[in-house]
Amino acid sequence: MFSLGLIGLLVRRDLIFVLMSLEVMLNAAGLAFVVAGSRWQQADGQIVFLFILAMAAAEVSVGLALVLQVYHRFKSLDVDALNEMRG
Amino acid sequence: MEVAFYIAAAVAILATVLMLTCLNVVHALLYLIVSLLAVAVVFYAIGAPFVAALEVIIYAGAIMVLFVFVVMTLNLGKHAVSMEKAWLTPGIWIGPTVLTGLLLCEVAYVVARGGDAHMGTVMVDPKQVGIVLFGPYVIGVELASMLLLAGLVGAYHLGCRTTPRSEIRHVRDTHQRWTAPRRDLVLPGTDRPPRTP
Repeated sequence: MFSLGLIGLLVRRDLIFVLMSLEVMLNAAGLAFVVAGSRWQQADGQIVFLFILAMAAAEVSVGLALVLQVYHRFKSLDVDALNEMRG
Repeated sequence: MEVAFYIAAAVAILATVLMLTCLNVVHALLYLIVSLLAVAVVFYAIGAPFVAALEVIIYAGAIMVLFVFVVMTLNLGKHAVSMEKAWLTPGIWIGPTVLTGLLLCEVAYVVARGGDAHMGTVMVDPKQVGIVLFGPYVIGVELASMLLLAGLVGAYHLGCRTTPRSEIRHVRDTHQRWTAPRRDLVLPGTDRPPRTP
């Protein structure tokens, strides 16, 4: 599932799809943590999953606000529309 | 219980693949919700019911509501009405419905069976999780709270910045229209191109 999320991140050119692929990747990492913690009878895996959950919530809120900004500014959700940023 | 685990895992992977191959954002959101629910069933099957409940509540509840609101707010394109007509064909919602029906049957089976025998793993109950969470991991909890506060403030700042800017531009335009004969008046902000932040 992590590799699926990574493939989605690389393939799709839409900001919403990129965010959803990030969700899938975080979810897969949390799943791995929980399975490992349940395998070795520890509660630490679930703690780490809680932290991943909090981080995903914060990241998604900020990311979706950024998506709204980008859409208001460029009228598009294409990642390639953002390449005029010059350092 | 092993059967439940494998079926839920298969449903999760299938829903994720369908999400990636879906062209429409709303359909992809449906498949993503199905995938999250399947992962929640996987958590329940390996003996972590607290995390399964959190997965359903926070991921499939809160974060998906955020996604749906943003997709509704964006309202991509003027051809939304024609797309709406195309969405209501029964071929669209048959995939997520079948997958969620499969998950529902599986959850009913697991609950009816009692859910005692977990596959090779030991059930970690919420009490143990709470003891460990507020024992050695208190600093992590505090850091998570600060991270959530930072995310809240950042999202508010980013989401709030459009409205005052457009109001300023609107006020400036009307001001320019009013003071059009007097060209010597320099208005603040008119020396910049309109796209500079």
